[in-house]
Amino acid sequence: MTHPLMELRNVDKFFGSTKALKDISMQVHPGKILCLLGDNGAGKSTLIKVLSGYHQPTNGTVLFEASETRFTGPRDARQRGIATVHQNVGSIPLMSVGRNFFLGAEPIKGKWPFRSIDTKKANKIAVEQMRKFGLTRVENGDQLVGTMSGGERQVLAIGRAMYFGAKMLILDEPTSALGVKEASMVLKMMRVARQNGVGIVFITHNARHAMSVGDDFCVLIQGEVAARFKRNEKSREDVLNLMAGGEDMTALEDDLEQID
Amino acid sequence: MTKYLKKPETGAFAAFLLTYVFFALATPGTGFVSINGTAGWLNLAAELGIVAIPVGLLMISGEFDLSIGSTVGAASMILALGTNQFGGPTWPMIVLALTAGGLIGLCNGLVVVKTKLPSFIVTLATNFIVIGATMGTSRLIANVTSSSIFASDSAKMVFAFRWGQANISILWWLLIAFIGYRVLSRTAFGNWIYATGGNEDSARAAGVPVERVKITLFVATGVAAALVGILQGIQWNSGNSTYGMGYVFQAPIVAVIGGVLLTGGYGSVVGIVFGTALFGVISSGIFYTGWNTDWIQLFLGLLLALAVLANNYVRRLALTSK
Ligand SMILES: Nc1ncnc2c1ncn2[C@@H]1O[C@H](COP(=O)(O)OP(=O)(O)OP(=O)(O)O)[C@@H](O)[C@H]1O
Ligand SMILES: [Mg+2]
Repeated sequence: MTHPLMELRNVDKFFGSTKALKDISMQVHPGKILCLLGDNGAGKSTLIKVLSGYHQPTNGTVLFEASETRFTGPRDARQRGIATVHQNVGSIPLMSVGRNFFLGAEPIKGKWPFRSIDTKKANKIAVEQMRKFGLTRVENGDQLVGTMSGGERQVLAIGRAMYFGAKMLILDEPTSALGVKEASMVLKMMRVARQNGVGIVFITHNARHAMSVGDDFCVLIQGEVAARFKRNEKSREDVLNLMAGGEDMTALEDDLEQID
Repeated sequence: MTKYLKKPETGAFAAFLLTYVFFALATPGTGFVSINGTAGWLNLAAELGIVAIPVGLLMISGEFDLSIGSTVGAASMILALGTNQFGGPTWPMIVLALTAGGLIGLCNGLVVVKTKLPSFIVTLATNFIVIGATMGTSRLIANVTSSSIFASDSAKMVFAFRWGQANISILWWLLIAFIGYRVLSRTAFGNWIYATGGNEDSARAAGVPVERVKITLFVATGVAAALVGILQGIQWNSGNSTYGMGYVFQAPIVAVIGGVLLTGGYGSVVGIVFGTALFGVISSGIFYTGWNTDWIQLFLGLLLALAVLANNYVRRLALTSK
Protein backbone atom coordinates (compact mmCIF):
# COMPACT_ATOMS: atom_id res chain seq x y z
CA MET A 1 0.00 0.00 0.00
CA THR A 2 1.42 3.38 -0.98
CA HIS A 3 1.40 6.19 1.54
CA PRO A 4 -1.13 9.01 1.13
CA LEU A 5 -0.08 12.06 -0.88
CA MET A 6 -1.33 14.41 1.77
CA GLU A 7 -2.70 13.76 5.21
CA LEU A 8 -4.26 15.96 7.87
CA ARG A 9 -4.13 14.86 11.50
CA ASN A 10 -6.45 16.50 14.03
CA VAL A 11 -6.40 19.84 12.27
CA ASP A 12 -8.25 22.84 13.72
CA LYS A 13 -8.62 26.23 12.08
CA PHE A 14 -10.02 29.12 14.09
CA PHE A 15 -10.70 32.66 12.91
CA GLY A 16 -10.87 34.53 16.19
CA SER A 17 -13.82 32.91 17.91
CA THR A 18 -15.14 31.26 14.73
CA LYS A 19 -14.22 27.61 14.70
CA ALA A 20 -14.17 26.94 10.98
CA LEU A 21 -12.53 23.50 11.24
CA LYS A 22 -12.58 21.15 14.23
CA ASP A 23 -10.38 18.10 14.59
CA ILE A 24 -10.18 17.19 10.90
CA SER A 25 -8.29 14.06 9.93
CA MET A 26 -8.25 12.97 6.32
CA GLN A 27 -6.09 11.56 3.56
CA VAL A 28 -5.66 12.37 -0.10
CA HIS A 29 -4.32 9.47 -2.18
CA PRO A 30 -2.47 9.62 -5.47
CA GLY A 31 -4.69 8.57 -8.36
CA LYS A 32 -7.90 9.08 -6.39
CA ILE A 33 -10.57 11.74 -6.37
CA LEU A 34 -11.71 12.83 -2.94
CA CYS A 35 -15.04 14.66 -2.94
CA LEU A 36 -15.61 17.16 -0.17
CA LEU A 37 -19.30 17.65 0.45
CA GLY A 38 -21.18 19.93 2.78
CA ASP A 39 -23.57 22.80 3.20
CA ASN A 40 -22.70 26.47 2.67
CA GLY A 41 -20.37 27.56 5.44
CA ALA A 42 -19.48 23.99 6.43
CA GLY A 43 -15.77 24.76 6.13
CA LYS A 44 -14.89 23.21 2.76
CA SER A 45 -13.08 26.23 1.36
CA THR A 46 -11.24 26.74 4.63
CA LEU A 47 -10.10 23.13 4.52
CA ILE A 48 -8.70 23.42 1.01
CA LYS A 49 -6.98 26.68 1.93
CA VAL A 50 -5.13 24.71 4.59
CA LEU A 51 -4.27 22.03 2.00
CA SER A 52 -3.01 24.63 -0.48
CA GLY A 53 -0.83 26.56 1.98
CA TYR A 54 -3.06 29.64 1.99
CA HIS A 55 -3.91 29.19 5.68
CA GLN A 56 -1.78 27.69 8.43
CA PRO A 57 -3.73 25.30 10.68
CA THR A 58 -4.34 26.58 14.23
CA ASN A 59 -3.64 23.09 15.64
CA GLY A 60 -2.75 19.72 14.22
CA THR A 61 -0.31 18.46 11.62
CA VAL A 62 -0.13 18.33 7.85
CA LEU A 63 1.84 15.56 6.16
CA PHE A 64 2.88 15.84 2.52
CA GLU A 65 4.38 12.70 0.97
CA ALA A 66 4.61 11.16 4.44
CA SER A 67 6.67 13.89 6.04
CA GLU A 68 5.41 16.58 8.38
CA THR A 69 5.09 19.85 6.53
CA ARG A 70 4.33 23.46 7.25
CA PHE A 71 3.76 25.32 4.00
CA THR A 72 5.17 28.82 4.19
CA GLY A 73 2.50 29.98 1.75
CA PRO A 74 0.69 29.16 -1.49
CA ARG A 75 3.97 29.60 -3.38
CA ASP A 76 5.61 26.86 -1.33
CA ALA A 77 2.71 24.47 -1.95
CA ARG A 78 2.64 25.33 -5.62
CA GLN A 79 6.34 24.64 -6.05
CA ARG A 80 5.77 21.16 -4.63
CA GLY A 81 3.27 20.37 -7.36
CA ILE A 82 0.02 21.30 -5.62
CA ALA A 83 -2.25 23.41 -7.82
CA THR A 84 -5.50 24.96 -6.68
CA VAL A 85 -8.59 26.51 -8.19
CA HIS A 86 -10.00 28.68 -5.43
CA GLN A 87 -13.65 29.54 -5.15
CA ASN A 88 -14.21 33.22 -6.06
CA VAL A 89 -10.49 33.98 -6.15
CA GLY A 90 -9.63 33.91 -9.75
CA SER A 91 -7.78 35.77 -12.35
CA ILE A 92 -6.64 39.35 -12.70
CA PRO A 93 -8.86 41.28 -15.11
CA LEU A 94 -6.35 43.87 -16.32
CA MET A 95 -3.74 41.26 -17.23
CA SER A 96 -3.56 39.15 -20.36
CA VAL A 97 -4.59 35.50 -20.64
CA GLY A 98 -0.99 34.36 -20.99
CA ARG A 99 0.29 36.39 -18.05
CA ASN A 100 -2.57 35.20 -15.86
CA PHE A 101 -2.04 31.59 -16.81
CA PHE A 102 1.62 31.62 -15.83
CA LEU A 103 1.31 34.00 -12.88
CA GLY A 104 3.74 32.88 -10.18
CA ALA A 105 5.50 30.43 -12.52
CA GLU A 106 6.48 32.60 -15.48
CA PRO A 107 8.49 30.98 -18.28
CA ILE A 108 11.79 32.82 -18.58
CA LYS A 109 14.07 33.13 -21.60
CA GLY A 110 17.44 34.77 -22.16
CA LYS A 111 20.43 35.36 -19.93
CA TRP A 112 20.85 37.84 -17.08
CA PRO A 113 20.59 40.84 -17.25
CA PHE A 114 18.35 40.33 -20.25
CA ARG A 115 16.23 37.55 -18.84
CA SER A 116 12.59 38.16 -19.64
CA ILE A 117 9.22 36.47 -19.65
CA ASP A 118 8.69 34.32 -22.71
CA THR A 119 5.36 35.93 -23.55
CA LYS A 120 4.98 34.07 -26.83
CA LYS A 121 5.35 30.69 -25.17
CA ALA A 122 3.05 31.71 -22.29
CA ASN A 123 0.32 32.88 -24.67
CA LYS A 124 0.59 29.81 -26.87
CA ILE A 125 0.37 27.30 -24.02
CA ALA A 126 -2.45 29.20 -22.30
CA VAL A 127 -4.59 29.23 -25.44
CA GLU A 128 -3.82 25.56 -26.13
CA GLN A 129 -4.75 24.49 -22.63
CA MET A 130 -8.04 26.36 -22.74
CA ARG A 131 -8.83 24.83 -26.10
CA LYS A 132 -8.55 21.40 -24.47
CA PHE A 133 -11.68 22.26 -22.52
CA GLY A 134 -13.54 23.15 -25.68
CA LEU A 135 -12.97 26.88 -25.34
CA THR A 136 -12.17 28.10 -28.84
CA ARG A 137 -13.38 31.70 -28.62
CA VAL A 138 -10.16 32.83 -26.96
CA GLU A 139 -7.54 32.74 -29.69
CA ASN A 140 -5.17 35.46 -28.59
CA GLY A 141 -3.15 35.05 -25.42
CA ASP A 142 -2.70 38.83 -25.28
CA GLN A 143 -6.41 39.35 -24.68
CA LEU A 144 -7.15 40.85 -21.26
CA VAL A 145 -8.91 38.43 -18.93
CA GLY A 146 -11.37 41.18 -17.96
CA THR A 147 -12.92 40.86 -21.41
CA MET A 148 -13.82 37.18 -20.90
CA SER A 149 -17.00 35.74 -19.41
CA GLY A 150 -17.15 34.23 -15.92
CA GLY A 151 -17.19 30.70 -17.29
CA GLU A 152 -14.27 31.41 -19.60
CA ARG A 153 -12.25 32.71 -16.65
CA GLN A 154 -13.10 29.57 -14.73
CA VAL A 155 -11.83 27.45 -17.60
CA LEU A 156 -8.61 29.49 -17.52
CA ALA A 157 -8.19 28.81 -13.79
CA ILE A 158 -8.90 25.10 -14.20
CA GLY A 159 -6.64 24.79 -17.22
CA ARG A 160 -3.87 26.46 -15.27
CA ALA A 161 -4.31 24.16 -12.26
CA MET A 162 -4.40 21.04 -14.45
CA TYR A 163 -1.27 22.19 -16.28
CA PHE A 164 0.69 22.86 -13.10
CA GLY A 165 -0.85 20.28 -10.73
CA ALA A 166 1.88 17.72 -11.13
CA LYS A 167 1.05 15.84 -7.93
CA MET A 168 -2.11 17.23 -6.48
CA LEU A 169 -5.10 19.17 -7.76
CA ILE A 170 -7.50 21.04 -5.52
CA LEU A 171 -10.71 22.23 -7.13
CA ASP A 172 -13.18 24.35 -5.16
CA GLU A 173 -16.48 24.29 -7.07
CA PRO A 174 -14.74 24.40 -10.43
CA THR A 175 -17.86 23.64 -12.42
CA SER A 176 -20.24 26.11 -10.75
CA ALA A 177 -20.17 28.70 -13.55
CA LEU A 178 -19.72 26.29 -16.43
CA GLY A 179 -22.08 25.21 -19.18
CA VAL A 180 -22.97 21.52 -19.56
CA LYS A 181 -20.34 20.92 -22.24
CA GLU A 182 -17.48 22.62 -20.41
CA ALA A 183 -18.44 20.97 -17.10
CA SER A 184 -18.32 17.48 -18.58
CA MET A 185 -15.01 18.37 -20.18
CA VAL A 186 -13.65 19.29 -16.76
CA LEU A 187 -14.87 16.00 -15.30
CA LYS A 188 -13.26 14.15 -18.18
CA MET A 189 -9.95 15.95 -17.60
CA MET A 190 -10.13 15.10 -13.91
CA ARG A 191 -10.37 11.44 -14.85
CA VAL A 192 -7.32 11.80 -17.09
CA ALA A 193 -5.36 13.45 -14.29
CA ARG A 194 -6.41 10.68 -11.91
CA GLN A 195 -5.12 8.09 -14.37
CA ASN A 196 -1.80 9.91 -14.38
CA GLY A 197 -1.56 9.40 -10.62
CA VAL A 198 -2.56 12.90 -9.54
CA GLY A 199 -4.38 13.12 -6.22
CA ILE A 200 -7.50 15.28 -6.51
CA VAL A 201 -9.67 17.08 -3.97
CA PHE A 202 -12.96 18.10 -5.51
CA ILE A 203 -15.60 20.32 -3.93
CA THR A 204 -19.00 20.51 -5.53
CA HIS A 205 -22.65 21.12 -4.70
CA ASN A 206 -23.65 19.03 -7.68
CA ALA A 207 -24.41 15.49 -6.54
CA ARG A 208 -24.34 14.09 -10.07
CA HIS A 209 -20.85 15.47 -10.68
CA ALA A 210 -19.65 14.14 -7.34
CA MET A 211 -21.10 10.67 -7.92
CA SER A 212 -19.73 10.45 -11.45
CA VAL A 213 -16.06 10.96 -10.57
CA GLY A 214 -15.61 10.55 -6.80
CA ASP A 215 -13.64 7.63 -5.31
CA ASP A 216 -13.77 8.74 -1.69
CA PHE A 217 -16.30 11.04 -0.09
CA CYS A 218 -15.99 13.17 2.98
CA VAL A 219 -18.89 15.16 4.42
CA LEU A 220 -18.31 18.25 6.52
CA ILE A 221 -20.96 19.63 8.86
CA GLN A 222 -20.14 22.79 10.79
CA GLY A 223 -16.42 22.27 10.50
CA GLU A 224 -16.39 18.61 11.51
CA VAL A 225 -16.17 15.41 9.49
CA ALA A 226 -19.69 14.01 9.75
CA ALA A 227 -19.31 11.04 7.45
CA ARG A 228 -16.92 9.38 5.06
CA PHE A 229 -17.55 6.61 2.59
CA LYS A 230 -16.31 5.11 -0.65
CA ARG A 231 -17.81 4.99 -4.10
CA ASN A 232 -20.94 2.79 -4.32
CA GLU A 233 -21.25 2.52 -0.55
CA LYS A 234 -24.18 4.91 -0.45
CA SER A 235 -27.20 5.57 -2.58
CA ARG A 236 -27.83 8.80 -4.44
CA GLU A 237 -30.52 9.82 -1.92
CA ASP A 238 -28.21 9.29 1.04
CA VAL A 239 -25.53 11.37 -0.62
CA LEU A 240 -28.00 14.15 -1.35
CA ASN A 241 -29.14 14.15 2.26
CA LEU A 242 -25.59 14.24 3.52
CA MET A 243 -24.71 17.09 1.16
CA ALA A 244 -27.56 19.09 2.61
CA GLY A 245 -26.02 18.77 6.04
CA GLY A 246 -27.95 15.70 7.14
CA GLU A 247 -31.45 16.99 6.48
CA ASP A 248 -33.92 14.79 4.70
CA MET A 249 -33.75 16.09 1.15
CA THR A 250 -36.30 13.70 -0.22
CA ALA A 251 -38.89 15.19 2.11
CA LEU A 252 -37.85 18.70 1.07
CA GLU A 253 -38.08 17.80 -2.59
CA ASP A 254 -41.51 16.29 -2.08
CA ASP A 255 -42.58 19.58 -0.51
CA LEU A 256 -41.28 21.42 -3.55
CA GLU A 257 -43.22 19.20 -5.89
CA GLN A 258 -46.43 19.88 -4.00
CA ILE A 259 -45.94 23.61 -4.55
CA ASP A 260 -45.92 23.12 -8.33
CA MET B 1 -6.41 52.49 -33.28
CA THR B 2 -8.03 51.14 -30.09
CA LYS B 3 -4.89 49.09 -29.65
CA TYR B 4 -3.00 52.33 -28.98
CA LEU B 5 -5.81 54.03 -27.09
CA LYS B 6 -5.84 51.14 -24.64
CA LYS B 7 -2.18 51.56 -23.76
CA PRO B 8 -1.68 53.44 -20.50
CA GLU B 9 1.00 55.74 -21.98
CA THR B 10 -0.90 57.03 -25.02
CA GLY B 11 -2.70 59.81 -23.16
CA ALA B 12 0.46 61.06 -21.50
CA PHE B 13 2.33 61.06 -24.81
CA ALA B 14 -0.43 63.03 -26.55
CA ALA B 15 -0.65 65.52 -23.67
CA PHE B 16 3.12 65.94 -23.65
CA LEU B 17 3.19 66.61 -27.38
CA LEU B 18 0.31 69.10 -27.25
CA THR B 19 1.79 70.98 -24.30
CA TYR B 20 5.21 71.09 -25.88
CA VAL B 21 3.85 72.46 -29.15
CA PHE B 22 1.71 74.94 -27.23
CA PHE B 23 4.68 76.38 -25.33
CA ALA B 24 6.89 76.29 -28.42
CA LEU B 25 4.32 78.42 -30.27
CA ALA B 26 3.55 80.66 -27.27
CA THR B 27 7.20 81.59 -26.65
CA PRO B 28 8.73 82.36 -30.05
CA GLY B 29 12.32 83.51 -29.98
CA THR B 30 12.77 82.96 -26.25
CA GLY B 31 14.91 79.87 -26.58
CA PHE B 32 12.42 77.38 -25.11
CA VAL B 33 13.07 75.01 -28.00
CA SER B 34 16.84 75.65 -28.02
CA ILE B 35 19.34 73.14 -26.65
CA ASN B 36 19.65 75.11 -23.44
CA GLY B 37 15.88 75.43 -23.13
CA THR B 38 15.49 71.69 -23.65
CA ALA B 39 18.18 70.99 -21.06
CA GLY B 40 16.19 73.24 -18.72
CA TRP B 41 12.98 71.25 -18.77
CA LEU B 42 14.85 67.94 -18.85
CA ASN B 43 16.74 68.98 -15.69
CA LEU B 44 13.44 69.76 -13.97
CA ALA B 45 11.95 66.46 -15.07
CA ALA B 46 14.98 64.29 -14.32
CA GLU B 47 15.15 64.50 -10.55
CA LEU B 48 11.40 64.15 -10.16
CA GLY B 49 11.50 61.32 -12.69
CA ILE B 50 14.03 59.34 -10.66
CA VAL B 51 11.56 59.05 -7.75
CA ALA B 52 8.42 59.01 -9.89
CA ILE B 53 9.36 55.70 -11.52
CA PRO B 54 9.57 53.59 -8.33
CA VAL B 55 6.62 55.54 -6.89
CA GLY B 56 4.66 54.67 -10.04
CA LEU B 57 5.59 50.97 -9.80
CA LEU B 58 4.54 51.05 -6.15
CA MET B 59 1.21 52.57 -7.18
CA ILE B 60 0.72 49.86 -9.80
CA SER B 61 1.23 47.35 -6.98
CA GLY B 62 -1.54 49.15 -5.08
CA GLU B 63 0.46 51.22 -2.57
CA PHE B 64 1.50 54.86 -2.05
CA ASP B 65 4.67 56.41 -0.71
CA LEU B 66 4.39 59.97 0.58
CA SER B 67 7.60 59.76 2.59
CA ILE B 68 9.87 60.38 -0.42
CA GLY B 69 10.03 64.11 0.30
CA SER B 70 11.66 63.84 3.67
CA THR B 71 13.92 61.00 2.48
CA VAL B 72 15.42 63.30 -0.15
CA GLY B 73 16.17 65.87 2.55
CA ALA B 74 17.48 63.30 5.01
CA ALA B 75 19.90 61.85 2.44
CA SER B 76 21.29 65.30 1.61
CA MET B 77 21.75 66.06 5.32
CA ILE B 78 23.53 62.76 5.97
CA LEU B 79 25.95 63.70 3.22
CA ALA B 80 26.33 67.25 4.55
CA LEU B 81 26.88 66.33 8.20
CA GLY B 82 29.06 63.38 7.20
CA THR B 83 31.41 65.31 4.91
CA ASN B 84 31.30 68.66 6.72
CA GLN B 85 30.76 68.32 10.48
CA PHE B 86 32.42 64.89 10.69
CA GLY B 87 34.84 65.45 7.83
CA GLY B 88 34.18 61.97 6.50
CA PRO B 89 35.09 60.68 3.01
CA THR B 90 32.45 61.26 0.32
CA TRP B 91 31.77 57.83 -1.11
CA PRO B 92 31.13 55.96 2.17
CA MET B 93 28.79 58.81 3.14
CA ILE B 94 26.93 58.37 -0.16
CA VAL B 95 26.56 54.67 0.58
CA LEU B 96 25.33 55.57 4.06
CA ALA B 97 22.74 57.98 2.64
CA LEU B 98 21.48 55.39 0.13
CA THR B 99 21.29 52.79 2.91
CA ALA B 100 19.30 55.17 5.06
CA GLY B 101 16.86 55.67 2.18
CA GLY B 102 16.56 51.91 1.79
CA LEU B 103 15.95 51.47 5.51
CA ILE B 104 13.20 54.10 5.52
CA GLY B 105 11.61 52.18 2.63
CA LEU B 106 12.04 48.90 4.48
CA CYS B 107 10.27 50.32 7.56
CA ASN B 108 7.41 51.62 5.38
CA GLY B 109 7.10 48.26 3.68
CA LEU B 110 7.20 46.18 6.85
CA VAL B 111 4.66 48.36 8.64
CA VAL B 112 2.27 48.38 5.65
CA VAL B 113 2.54 44.63 5.14
CA LYS B 114 2.31 43.64 8.80
CA THR B 115 -0.40 46.06 9.96
CA LYS B 116 -2.36 46.10 6.67
CA LEU B 117 -2.95 49.81 7.31
CA PRO B 118 -3.33 52.01 4.22
CA SER B 119 0.14 52.99 2.99
CA PHE B 120 -1.19 56.48 2.34
CA ILE B 121 -1.39 57.09 6.11
CA VAL B 122 1.65 55.05 7.10
CA THR B 123 3.99 56.87 4.73
CA LEU B 124 2.46 60.26 5.50
CA ALA B 125 3.42 59.60 9.12
CA THR B 126 6.89 58.47 8.02
CA ASN B 127 7.28 61.71 6.08
CA PHE B 128 6.78 63.77 9.24
CA ILE B 129 8.83 61.43 11.41
CA VAL B 130 11.80 61.49 9.02
CA ILE B 131 11.84 65.24 8.47
CA GLY B 132 11.40 65.82 12.18
CA ALA B 133 14.19 63.41 13.01
CA THR B 134 16.47 64.93 10.38
CA MET B 135 15.95 68.48 11.64
CA GLY B 136 16.19 67.50 15.30
CA THR B 137 19.36 65.45 14.84
CA SER B 138 21.00 68.11 12.68
CA ARG B 139 20.29 70.73 15.32
CA LEU B 140 21.66 68.49 18.05
CA ILE B 141 24.84 67.73 16.13
CA ALA B 142 25.59 71.04 14.42
CA ASN B 143 22.81 73.42 15.44
CA VAL B 144 21.72 73.79 11.78
CA THR B 145 19.02 72.34 9.52
CA SER B 146 21.04 72.87 6.38
CA SER B 147 24.76 72.66 5.85
CA SER B 148 27.46 72.66 3.16
CA ILE B 149 28.60 69.46 1.47
CA PHE B 150 32.24 68.83 0.66
CA ALA B 151 32.16 66.23 -2.10
CA SER B 152 35.19 64.62 -3.68
CA ASP B 153 35.91 65.34 -7.34
CA SER B 154 34.95 61.83 -8.39
CA ALA B 155 31.56 62.19 -6.66
CA LYS B 156 31.09 65.55 -8.38
CA MET B 157 31.75 63.86 -11.72
CA VAL B 158 29.14 61.19 -11.11
CA PHE B 159 26.42 63.30 -9.48
CA ALA B 160 26.92 66.91 -10.59
CA PHE B 161 28.56 66.86 -14.00
CA ARG B 162 27.12 69.29 -16.54
CA TRP B 163 27.26 69.51 -20.32
CA GLY B 164 26.33 73.13 -20.97
CA GLN B 165 23.05 73.45 -19.11
CA ALA B 166 22.27 69.72 -19.01
CA ASN B 167 22.76 67.95 -15.68
CA ILE B 168 24.02 64.41 -15.36
CA SER B 169 20.79 63.67 -13.45
CA ILE B 170 19.15 63.35 -16.89
CA LEU B 171 21.34 60.29 -17.52
CA TRP B 172 20.43 58.87 -14.11
CA TRP B 173 16.77 59.36 -14.99
CA LEU B 174 17.16 57.53 -18.32
CA LEU B 175 19.06 54.69 -16.62
CA ILE B 176 16.39 54.25 -13.97
CA ALA B 177 13.64 54.51 -16.58
CA PHE B 178 15.34 51.76 -18.59
CA ILE B 179 15.67 49.50 -15.54
CA GLY B 180 12.08 50.22 -14.50
CA TYR B 181 10.83 49.47 -18.00
CA ARG B 182 12.70 46.16 -18.17
CA VAL B 183 11.53 45.09 -14.73
CA LEU B 184 7.88 46.01 -15.19
CA SER B 185 7.21 44.75 -18.67
CA ARG B 186 9.74 41.98 -19.17
CA THR B 187 10.41 40.18 -15.89
CA ALA B 188 8.40 37.85 -13.69
CA PHE B 189 8.73 40.39 -10.90
CA GLY B 190 6.97 42.92 -13.15
CA ASN B 191 4.17 40.44 -13.70
CA TRP B 192 3.87 40.13 -9.92
CA ILE B 193 3.68 43.93 -9.54
CA TYR B 194 0.68 44.09 -11.88
CA ALA B 195 -0.94 41.07 -10.22
CA THR B 196 -0.46 42.40 -6.68
CA GLY B 197 -2.18 45.65 -7.60
CA GLY B 198 -4.77 44.00 -9.83
CA ASN B 199 -6.07 41.57 -7.23
CA GLU B 200 -3.97 40.88 -4.17
CA ASP B 201 -5.86 37.76 -3.06
CA SER B 202 -5.71 36.13 -6.47
CA ALA B 203 -2.05 36.99 -6.76
CA ARG B 204 -1.28 35.45 -3.38
CA ALA B 205 -3.30 32.35 -4.16
CA ALA B 206 -1.39 31.96 -7.44
CA GLY B 207 1.85 31.89 -5.48
CA VAL B 208 2.96 35.50 -5.90
CA PRO B 209 4.90 36.62 -2.79
CA VAL B 210 2.85 39.85 -2.55
CA GLU B 211 4.49 40.97 0.69
CA ARG B 212 7.95 40.63 -0.81
CA VAL B 213 6.85 42.52 -3.93
CA LYS B 214 5.59 45.46 -1.87
CA ILE B 215 8.55 45.61 0.51
CA THR B 216 11.00 45.47 -2.42
CA LEU B 217 9.24 48.38 -4.11
CA PHE B 218 9.17 50.44 -0.91
CA VAL B 219 12.92 49.88 -0.52
CA ALA B 220 13.55 50.81 -4.17
CA THR B 221 11.53 54.00 -3.68
CA GLY B 222 13.52 54.93 -0.57
CA VAL B 223 16.83 54.33 -2.35
CA ALA B 224 15.71 56.38 -5.37
CA ALA B 225 14.64 59.26 -3.11
CA ALA B 226 18.02 59.15 -1.37
CA LEU B 227 19.73 59.23 -4.78
CA VAL B 228 17.85 62.42 -5.61
CA GLY B 229 18.96 63.89 -2.28
CA ILE B 230 22.57 63.07 -3.16
CA LEU B 231 22.25 64.52 -6.68
CA GLN B 232 20.75 67.76 -5.41
CA GLY B 233 23.11 68.04 -2.45
CA ILE B 234 26.26 67.66 -4.55
CA GLN B 235 24.94 69.93 -7.32
CA TRP B 236 24.15 72.72 -4.88
CA ASN B 237 27.02 71.98 -2.50
CA SER B 238 24.66 71.83 0.44
CA GLY B 239 22.23 69.58 2.25
CA ASN B 240 18.86 70.72 3.51
CA SER B 241 16.19 68.85 5.49
CA THR B 242 13.44 70.38 3.39
CA TYR B 243 14.76 69.33 -0.04
CA GLY B 244 12.28 67.18 -1.86
CA MET B 245 9.10 68.25 -0.11
CA GLY B 246 7.63 69.20 -3.48
CA TYR B 247 7.95 65.60 -4.67
CA VAL B 248 5.53 64.22 -2.08
CA PHE B 249 2.59 64.93 -4.36
CA GLN B 250 4.35 65.70 -7.64
CA ALA B 251 5.59 62.12 -7.99
CA PRO B 252 2.19 60.43 -7.66
CA ILE B 253 0.66 63.18 -9.83
CA VAL B 254 3.02 62.57 -12.74
CA ALA B 255 2.51 58.82 -12.36
CA VAL B 256 -1.26 59.29 -12.70
CA ILE B 257 -0.80 61.70 -15.62
CA GLY B 258 1.36 58.94 -17.09
CA GLY B 259 -1.57 56.51 -17.00
CA VAL B 260 -1.08 54.71 -13.69
CA LEU B 261 -4.44 53.77 -12.19
CA LEU B 262 -5.00 55.12 -8.67
CA THR B 263 -6.53 51.77 -7.77
CA GLY B 264 -3.42 49.91 -8.94
CA GLY B 265 -2.95 47.12 -11.46
CA TYR B 266 -2.40 49.21 -14.59
CA GLY B 267 0.24 51.59 -15.89
CA SER B 268 3.60 51.70 -17.66
CA VAL B 269 7.05 53.17 -17.19
CA VAL B 270 6.96 54.84 -20.62
CA GLY B 271 3.77 56.58 -19.47
CA ILE B 272 5.35 57.75 -16.22
CA VAL B 273 8.34 59.12 -18.17
CA PHE B 274 6.04 61.15 -20.44
CA GLY B 275 4.01 62.29 -17.44
CA THR B 276 7.22 63.56 -15.84
CA ALA B 277 8.44 65.17 -19.06
CA LEU B 278 5.09 66.94 -19.29
CA PHE B 279 5.66 68.31 -15.81
CA GLY B 280 9.10 69.56 -16.83
CA VAL B 281 7.73 71.25 -19.96
CA ILE B 282 4.98 73.04 -18.03
CA SER B 283 7.21 74.17 -15.16
CA SER B 284 9.87 75.48 -17.50
CA GLY B 285 7.52 76.66 -20.29
CA ILE B 286 5.55 78.95 -17.97
CA PHE B 287 8.81 80.62 -17.08
CA TYR B 288 9.51 81.33 -20.77
CA THR B 289 6.05 82.84 -21.31
CA GLY B 290 6.81 85.39 -18.62
CA TRP B 291 3.55 84.55 -16.85
CA ASN B 292 3.51 84.22 -13.11
CA THR B 293 4.74 80.76 -12.08
CA ASP B 294 1.69 80.42 -9.84
CA TRP B 295 -0.11 79.18 -12.96
CA ILE B 296 1.90 75.95 -12.81
CA GLN B 297 -0.27 74.70 -9.97
CA LEU B 298 -3.44 75.44 -11.92
CA PHE B 299 -2.11 73.62 -14.98
CA LEU B 300 -1.08 70.59 -12.95
CA GLY B 301 -4.40 70.44 -11.15
CA LEU B 302 -6.33 70.52 -14.42
CA LEU B 303 -4.04 67.92 -15.98
CA LEU B 304 -4.44 65.63 -13.00
CA ALA B 305 -8.23 65.87 -13.16
CA LEU B 306 -8.16 65.20 -16.90
CA ALA B 307 -5.73 62.30 -16.47
CA VAL B 308 -7.88 60.58 -13.85
CA LEU B 309 -10.89 60.82 -16.16
CA ALA B 310 -8.91 59.61 -19.15
CA ASN B 311 -7.37 56.69 -17.23
CA ASN B 312 -10.79 55.57 -16.12
CA TYR B 313 -11.94 55.67 -19.73
CA VAL B 314 -8.87 53.76 -20.92
CA ARG B 315 -9.45 51.08 -18.29
CA ARG B 316 -13.03 50.60 -19.40
CA LEU B 317 -11.98 50.57 -23.03
CA ALA B 318 -9.37 47.90 -22.26
CA LEU B 319 -12.00 45.76 -20.57
CA THR B 320 -14.61 46.01 -23.30
CA SER B 321 -12.66 45.41 -26.50
CA LYS B 322 -10.42 42.53 -27.39
N1 LIG C 1 -10.91 34.51 6.67
C1 LIG C 1 -11.96 34.22 7.47
N2 LIG C 1 -12.17 34.94 8.59
C2 LIG C 1 -13.21 34.66 9.40
N3 LIG C 1 -14.10 33.68 9.20
C3 LIG C 1 -13.94 32.91 8.11
C4 LIG C 1 -12.87 33.15 7.18
N4 LIG C 1 -12.96 32.25 6.17
C5 LIG C 1 -14.05 31.50 6.46
N5 LIG C 1 -14.64 31.87 7.62
C6 LIG C 1 -15.82 31.26 8.25
O1 LIG C 1 -15.61 29.86 8.32
C7 LIG C 1 -16.80 29.17 8.03
C8 LIG C 1 -16.56 28.19 6.90
O2 LIG C 1 -16.39 28.91 5.69
P1 LIG C 1 -16.01 28.21 4.29
O3 LIG C 1 -15.78 29.28 3.31
O4 LIG C 1 -14.91 27.26 4.54
O5 LIG C 1 -17.35 27.43 3.93
P2 LIG C 1 -17.68 26.54 2.65
O6 LIG C 1 -17.97 25.18 3.15
O7 LIG C 1 -16.63 26.67 1.64
O8 LIG C 1 -19.03 27.21 2.15
P3 LIG C 1 -19.58 27.41 0.62
O9 LIG C 1 -20.23 26.13 0.23
O10 LIG C 1 -20.58 28.50 0.76
O11 LIG C 1 -18.45 27.78 -0.23
C9 LIG C 1 -17.85 30.22 7.74
O12 LIG C 1 -18.62 30.39 8.91
C10 LIG C 1 -17.07 31.45 7.42
O13 LIG C 1 -17.78 32.60 7.80
MG1 LIG D 1 -16.54 27.51 -0.22
